[in-house]
This record gives sequence, structure tokens and C-alpha cells, in this order.
Amino acid sequence: MCLAIPGKITAIKEGIAEIDYGGASREASVELVPSAKAGDYVLVHAGFAIQILKTEDALATLEEFRKINAAV
Amino acid sequence: MPQFDKAAALEMADGIKKLVPPAGLSLMEVCGTHTFAIAKSGLRQLLAPHIRFLSGPGCPVCVTAQEDIDRALLLAREQDVIITTFGDMVRVPGRTGSLESLRREGADVRVVYSPLDAVTLAAHTPAKKVIFIGVGFETTAPAVAVAVMHAARRNLKNFFVFNLLKTVPAALRQLLDAQGLKVDGFILPGHVCAVIGTKPFNFLAEKYNIPCAVSGFEPQDILLAVTMIAAMKKSGRAQVQNAYTRVVAEEGNAKACEMVERVFLPCRAKWRALGEMDATGLALRKEFSRFDAAVNFSLPAVLSCEPSACRCGEVLLGKINPAQCGLFGKQCTPSAPVGPCMVSSEGACAAAYHYGG
Amino acid sequence: MADNKEVVCMAHGSGGARSRALVQELFLRYFTSPALARLEDSTVCKVSTGRIAMTTDSYVVTPLEFPGGDIGRIAVCGTVNDLSVKGAAPKWLTCAFIIEEGFELSRLENILRSMKAAAGEAGVEIVTGDTKVVQRGQADGLFITTAGVGEVADGDELSFDLIHEGDAIIINGPVGGHALAVMNARHGFGLKGDIKSDVAPLNALCRNMARAGGLHCVRDLTRGGLAAALNELAQSAKLDFTVSEENIPVEPAVASGCALLGLEPVYLANEGKIIAFVSPEKAEAALAAAKNSPYAKDARIIGRVGAKGGRVFLDTALGATRVLRTGETEQLPRIC
Repeated sequence: MCLAIPGKITAIKEGIAEIDYGGASREASVELVPSAKAGDYVLVHAGFAIQILKTEDALATLEEFRKINAAV
Repeated sequence: MPQFDKAAALEMADGIKKLVPPAGLSLMEVCGTHTFAIAKSGLRQLLAPHIRFLSGPGCPVCVTAQEDIDRALLLAREQDVIITTFGDMVRVPGRTGSLESLRREGADVRVVYSPLDAVTLAAHTPAKKVIFIGVGFETTAPAVAVAVMHAARRNLKNFFVFNLLKTVPAALRQLLDAQGLKVDGFILPGHVCAVIGTKPFNFLAEKYNIPCAVSGFEPQDILLAVTMIAAMKKSGRAQVQNAYTRVVAEEGNAKACEMVERVFLPCRAKWRALGEMDATGLALRKEFSRFDAAVNFSLPAVLSCEPSACRCGEVLLGKINPAQCGLFGKQCTPSAPVGPCMVSSEGACAAAYHYGG
Repeated sequence: MADNKEVVCMAHGSGGARSRALVQELFLRYFTSPALARLEDSTVCKVSTGRIAMTTDSYVVTPLEFPGGDIGRIAVCGTVNDLSVKGAAPKWLTCAFIIEEGFELSRLENILRSMKAAAGEAGVEIVTGDTKVVQRGQADGLFITTAGVGEVADGDELSFDLIHEGDAIIINGPVGGHALAVMNARHGFGLKGDIKSDVAPLNALCRNMARAGGLHCVRDLTRGGLAAALNELAQSAKLDFTVSEENIPVEPAVASGCALLGLEPVYLANEGKIIAFVSPEKAEAALAAAKNSPYAKDARIIGRVGAKGGRVFLDTALGATRVLRTGETEQLPRIC
């Protein structure tokens, strides 16, 4: 129900952002994330940025897993 | 740059298998995108037989009532209409064909990526009536809401939404109360939660004592969510935990929720196989009724029955897996689907057909 | 030079004076075969081998022009490639046009120019042709049908019968770009970036690989993409194939564009990609030979042929193994 991918805002003009997905880019509305600015990573669904992403390194989930495993 | 790789996946899978009781765990995911991701990445095979994934009613195409599909087809046959739709709906079979087959017969049916594209099309083709088929859950509702607001701002007289939007939490409540669903845990839809936050799902842990984890869609996200549920199960805790913190905040996206509130209100909706359920749909508010296709086009009460041998309903409830339906892979295949679970690439049956498991 | 405002009309297809004028003034400027210039009902060709390969295809792509190519280039390369993958050396092409009344002559000229370039690169001659004009609405602008003849020397013929357990499966480069470029152009999905058709003639590539030895079978990856080609061959050869997800090349822009729209590169059509089945001891040599071609810089081994069966398996990036089926229907963007 929720195909959405992360992309980086490269420019914003009147509520429409140019978003770079790593090689391909497309416009998306940033009306739903009014505090987003150029340089932010956002999650985009159906032409709308729906959330600003917190940066996390690639192995954060593995580290989280190890913490949980150790605690059980 | 460190990547999540096979070794990491194996470490997590092994860890999960050790956490899980001898009988294993049945976990329901309620998002078609999860069904797809689990099948495609091979997670189903990696975690079997310790973890059994049940696909819940999370594919918006799969839960669209047959009669709503038939109404969409009626709209496609209207004069001077352009149907705009997400690709997901194009091949869904109704009683009289599909949007795709109607296009072959001359209907103007166009796939769009965003509801905003439908609004732009309406602005550019004033002689035509542009109807957007609005399927989706809470992830998509804000986009449709903003599109309607744009149409209002631009004073468009030829833009309409055939609104089939649905909401998840109340549907899960219904599954547990009335339909006898039994699961060990829920993998909650990460992008729905990105919009509405995690609180609307707290009742699953508080009232039903079922551990839940909000999950993203990369394999590592799903593995973390499964780990969290397994750990909660082991220690006898039931909570809604968040395995997708880079995207999901407990309070969700307030602005997005505000947009939805402004344009829609909760309503009773008819779901395929689950029947009518209170507070599981979104209806356009009266002030936006000029954009409501159901109000502006005369759609008769269409009585459709779902094909009798079709067991999509039981698949949607996680009661059977696709292979247990007698039509699976025989009369019902992706190129000739009988029910919606086979049409959508993330319907449980399509996923099982293409990716096995 | 054709006037920008001039268009094709019904008389151009009627076989009379205007037909002949169109052919002589426009087509023959770009299709320069001396045999064709005779404008006879048939063209006679001298064949140097005992057997020939023949193929035909109709090209109805919309839009007619897209990043990386156009219908003309595909019409030449598609037929050249169908011959090449059979082990034939493509020599002669036929070319039949069905043109919609009102089609701009300048646009037609661009397509002919494109076909000339493709034919020149492939070293094939267009030796006979036909032109018909239909009323508005009866053709999507332009349809092109080409047939091709190639010479097959003894021992050169490739076939799925020759595929053996243990064969390496080699691909010449990244997949999905063509279909994504065309879909983006047709539907106006608004994707920007390095997304273009890979349409190219692959006869030189196939010839180089054949010379390295051990080449058993080649297949081009058109409709249905890599997944369809693998499945068709696995079923024909009655052998199981296993390919590795990590080894299937996809360009970053294509991967991103597909991720955004919800498409899978392995199911998307290509017009410049092949898979080749090579005996294991010759695999490295075949790879090296392939990389001499500008269309195979990124060639690599993606998998192996297994034992009796007929299915295709994918080793996923996670280390699990699952079935890879043909995607049964045309891929469409999705939100779910």
C-alpha cells in the first residue's frame, strides 16, 4: 500500500521540489513537509514527500538487532 | 561504505530463529508492499519454518469491493471522460472487463504516477471530465487530499475523484473481533505510520495483547521488526515498537493528517471479503462534493458477487495461503486473474505465484 | 530536403507517380543499396553459405522517438539481432512502411536517417521495401516491418539444444533502460536523468563471442526482459538455471527510476541486450571477447546452467534462493 522511496531535495520552488533519487530525478510536492529544505532527504510517495528522513548509517538496523538479542 | 549484506542478514535470521519458540511464530503483515518485499527478497525462505508470514488485507486493490470496481468501469464508459489511475488498478477484473480491456474498446484510460498529474491533465483538457480513481490507504490519502485542494484552488469544474480510500486500524480491530483472526504478532505498515504515527495501533497491544513492530521495507528493516516481535513474545511483553525510526515518529506527520482531515471524514466502507466496516473508509466532505465522482455521475447500485470459487477473502484474512485456493495457478494466474489477490503484484497470490513460498 | 510543412498523403501509398517520387526522393537518399535503386519487384542476392537464417518483426512502438533511439533504429537493430543470436551473419533487410496520412515528411526523414545509420553500423543492406499509406487514425503515426536474411556457416548455428549443464550465462550489460525510457516518454511520468534506450546492433558482439569458442546459445532480451528470456530457454532446454541477483547489472538511474515507479528491471524490455550460454572452460575467453564491443563493456557472468529441470532460480542479495518466473503481464507503475 505504500511504495515510497527516499530522495534528496536539490531545489524547492513554490512548494515543488526537484528530488534526486541517485541517478534519476523527478519533481514532488513538499506541501506535506513544510519545514523541508534543500539538502534534506525525504520519503516520496505518489509525487508527494510525506516525511523528512533522519539520517542513519547503513548498519544501524544490525546494531539495533544485536542490542535486542543481547538483552533477551 | 558498509552495506547490509548476506552476512548481516544471516546473523539476524539466525538470531531470530533462536528467539522463536519450537512451534514458530505466525506474523501478519498488513501492507501489500511488505508482502512483495518479503517474497522478492527471499525473506520468506530465509526465515522458514520458524516464521510464517500471513498476508493481511493491505493491498488497496485486493480489498476494493467488486462493486466498486464495476462502478469504476461504468465511469470509464461515460462520454468525454478520461480515467486517470495508478497502475495497480488497470488490470483488476470486474464483471464486465477491466480498465485495460475497456481501453482496448476505446475508453480513455491513463496511468498516472501522482494524483497531481490528474489535476494538471484536467486543467489542460477542459472539454473532458478527468476522473481520478482514488485507491490507497493512509499513505496515499494526504496526496489525494492535496490534489482535491489544488483543484478547488484552481476552480476546476472537470476534475473528480472516485474515492475508494480506506484506513487500516479499525479494519484490524474487525479482523480480530469478528473474523476470528489469530496471530502471534503484527508487522505494521511503516509508511502508513509515517503519516498517522504509531498511536492508532496501540490498541493491538493494549487490548489484544499482541506484540507489534512498525516496519520499513528493506529486508533489514523487516528482519529488525521480526526480531522485536520475537523478543517481545519471548519475554511476554506486548507493545507497539518502532523498527523504522528513520522514517516513523510516534506522532506521525501532523501536516499530512491535517490535510486529510480538511478534505475527508471517516466513514463506513465496504471491503472485499470483509464486508462493510465502520470507520474504515474516507469520504469527501460536503464542501468538496463537487469533486466527488459518486455524486456527479449517476452510478446505479451495482450488485456484484465475487466469483464463487474465488477464495481471495480467506487469503486476505490470512486463513489460507494462496496455494490452498483451488484456482491458484490454474484458472487464476497473473495473466488471467479471477480475483484481485492475483492482479496486484503485491497481492498475496501474485507474490506467491511469482516468487514462490 | 523535405519541407517542414509537407506531409504524407494517400497518394504517396497508391503506387502511382507520387509514390515513386517519395521513394526516389526520400527513401533512396537514405537507403543507398544499388540493388534497391533498381526499384524492381524483387531483389536477387548472392548467398555464400549453404543455409540462411530468416526473421521478421513489426515495430509499433509509441512514442516513435524516445531518448536513445527511435522506431527506425529499433526496426533495423531488432531484426539484425534476431539473426545474430541464431549464429547468422546478417546481410540483407526488407523494409515495409505503413504510414498514417498526415505524417510529417521531415519526421519521416529523421527516421530514415536513423535507419541508415543503424544499417551502416551493422553492415547490412536494405535491399527491398514497400510503402503504404492509411487513413488518419489507422496507424499510430507509423508502423515498420522488417525482415532479415543472414548467412549461416556450417557449425555456426546456435540453439537451445546446445545448452549444457555447467554452462556459464553471460549478459552484455545493464537491463531495463529501454522500457523505462519508452514508458517515461509515452506516459509522461516526468523522470529525468540518464534513462535511455540501449537499442544497438549486436552482430559484431555475437561474432566475437562465437570466435572465442564454446558458444552454445544466445538470446536477446526483448519483451518480458531477462526473466522471460531465461524462463523460455530453461523450458526449451529442460534445464534449471540459477542466476545471482547481485550480478545482474542495472544502471543507477534506471534502478532509481524503477524504484520510484514500482517496476522491476528484470521484467523490462531491452533492445541492445543478450544472454549467452558458454561452456564453462570458455567463459572467461568469451567475456574478454565480448568486452571488445562498445555494447558489452559491462559484460559479466550472471549465473550457471544446472541439472535437468526447466525452472529459473534467483540467489537473492540476502543469500536466499527463490524462483524467478516470467512476469506474466506488461509492467505498470504502482503505488503499492
